[in-house]
Amino acid sequence: MEKVKIYSRFERFWHWTQMALILLLMITGFEIHSTFEAFGFETSVRLHSAAGWAFLILTIFAIFWMLVTGQSKQFVPVRNNVKQQAMYYMVGIFKKAPHPVKKTVDSKLNPLQRIIYFGLIILVFPVQLITGFLYLFFHYPDKPFALEGLEAVAVLHTLGAFLLVAFVIAHLYLITTGHTVTSNLQAMITGYEELEEEEKEV
Amino acid sequence: MKNQFSKSVVAILVSLLLPIAVLFITVKVAAYRGDPDQVDVKLKSEHIPSVDHSQFEILQQDFEHPRDVTAACLSCHTGRDEEVMATAHWKWEREEEIPGRGMVSVGKKNLLNNFCTGANGNNGSCMRCHIGLGWKDKSFDFADNLNIDCLVCHDQTDTYFKQKGQGGMPATTETANAAYQVPDYPYVAQNVGLPKKNNCGICHFYGGGGNNVKHGDLEEALLTCSKDVDVHMAMDGPDMACIDCHTTERHNIMGKLYSVSSANTNRIHCEQCHTTTPHNDKVLDNHFEKVACQTCHIPEYAKANATKMYWDWSSAGQTDESGHGYSEDDADGNHNYLSIKGNFVWDDHVKPEYYWFNGTVDHYLSTDTISEAPVKINSLFGEYRDSTAKIWPVKVHRGKQIYDVDNNTLISLKLWAPEVGQGAFWKDFDWDTAARLGMEYNDRPYSGNYDFIASEVYWPINHMVSPKEQTLTCIECHQRDGRLTGLNDFYLPGRDYNKSVDYAGFGLIFLTLIGIVAHFLGRIVAFFKNR
Repeated sequence: MEKVKIYSRFERFWHWTQMALILLLMITGFEIHSTFEAFGFETSVRLHSAAGWAFLILTIFAIFWMLVTGQSKQFVPVRNNVKQQAMYYMVGIFKKAPHPVKKTVDSKLNPLQRIIYFGLIILVFPVQLITGFLYLFFHYPDKPFALEGLEAVAVLHTLGAFLLVAFVIAHLYLITTGHTVTSNLQAMITGYEELEEEEKEV
Repeated sequence: MKNQFSKSVVAILVSLLLPIAVLFITVKVAAYRGDPDQVDVKLKSEHIPSVDHSQFEILQQDFEHPRDVTAACLSCHTGRDEEVMATAHWKWEREEEIPGRGMVSVGKKNLLNNFCTGANGNNGSCMRCHIGLGWKDKSFDFADNLNIDCLVCHDQTDTYFKQKGQGGMPATTETANAAYQVPDYPYVAQNVGLPKKNNCGICHFYGGGGNNVKHGDLEEALLTCSKDVDVHMAMDGPDMACIDCHTTERHNIMGKLYSVSSANTNRIHCEQCHTTTPHNDKVLDNHFEKVACQTCHIPEYAKANATKMYWDWSSAGQTDESGHGYSEDDADGNHNYLSIKGNFVWDDHVKPEYYWFNGTVDHYLSTDTISEAPVKINSLFGEYRDSTAKIWPVKVHRGKQIYDVDNNTLISLKLWAPEVGQGAFWKDFDWDTAARLGMEYNDRPYSGNYDFIASEVYWPINHMVSPKEQTLTCIECHQRDGRLTGLNDFYLPGRDYNKSVDYAGFGLIFLTLIGIVAHFLGRIVAFFKNR
């Protein structure tokens, strides 16, 4: 076992800022949806809009970072070991079986994570951002272009929000399934995680 | 050691402090609000008259008749008579287009309503509010400029009144009584000026036979109100006069009432003074597109005195043992029964109803037949997809009124007459005669078969603007069951949602939680097993 740096400073900043913004967006968003009362409707609207802008800016930085560092490869789904990973969560984890796919610096995400995160990055985030900003800038049937009201935009945005909430809940639980219960959490805070030694590529 | 320390500092920075900083900035940005526009306008009360009317010799004579005063006015103010005679104040009707029905001439002269059913035929009483001198019957000459009553609008002495029951004439030596004396014409004529609040209010506050009966947002309290009642007219505020907003050029007073007009012309708008982006706040200013200023800024009307919300004519005409009419009051001291008028419901601090409105209106014309119940005396045009329509606060006055069962038409009643025995309902309590005479005067057929039918009339609310602290908050409309519950031809955030998406979404969250709990229990069991 060796302590390896797997999350760079930007990745950690990105992650925790995203967490904070998504949490804020979730609370304010569902207040706007009239699911519960939190800050008051008007405050929630203003917070939600500002957080949406912050999220957009963060996303632009993240895309820039991915392109520059090539880390986008981490999020590309792979065919191998998808089934094994699923079997691990359903069976292996109860038998103290080893993780089927080794976590390495070059491949931090397991095959299931890759699929889920890829889905978030390619589908859910863009849909939330696009519908969110349509919500902000498109208001009435003919401004700036003809659309039959907010309904389609709003319903799509709500759908994305539910998916994100479900993801966050599952994510909070699944981070406890690392080497130890807190190793994943520690890694995302400190950047370092104890990984099994790997063959050093030369 | 040093390395470890710097790693910890970086960890705290990137994983905690910087994200918190971003969150902090976000909250700060969200809290930013622009300052509302300040309005700076010159009020009519600051107007300094350019002449002193008391110096004019022609106004120092002993006028015998108000017509002589008018003649004196017109001798200097040449051409003004033509301006006045072109207005709806004079004609009581306007040539206007009703969308889909073409040009019509509508106004108080020929429209029916669900208060006293209509002015025409009840001239002695109703035409007291005409700006002419004595429109007592059809013989009134609308081409005679000396029939114009200049004083009723321009009197500054508060001593000039039109007498009750005289069709717009002030008291004469023959008709004067304890309540109405012959005006002191030289005094009044020498003290004329721009109309004050009560020049307008003497008619516009008392429509329907009493204070605030009709409008709900226009009543005598506005003469001496506080900002809570009306920020514009408040004594402790700018104390604006009607004509400060209802700007007037060549006697054409801007603004109109949609119970008696149809077209989207000659209106006044808040943005005359306040601009179209008065809040300097994007999310609020955006609402201007679809929400009238009045909707948020007049959260309730009839803020001082009650207004009539419901009028049931069908119970009118009951008399006491000696055959006289009587009245009953409600707990607040307002009539809830009058033999001459029927049952009423009054209310104060009324929350408006809300409708789409694009500035055009349809009317029940005197030539129309009834097609639905309740009969719509007028109906506001507009819907979400109409780019010119906005959500407006509206007073809806509902009631039951008399109609001709065979001809299927609303009946114009003869309610008023000077004496008993002339067939007026208010004197004789005879429905059939009152209906026959009223219809006859209006040249409309009457079958002799009458009953009562529900009707409603829509009055957009414009006055009694509240201080900004009392403005509607977002949640009043943006909630599941708010003020806009009835206006559902569009998606309103906070009110609307897609049922399937919500069920599926909460279902997904629930299933996720169930899965997590089950998985977690499995891990605990496995943990002890594998020990």
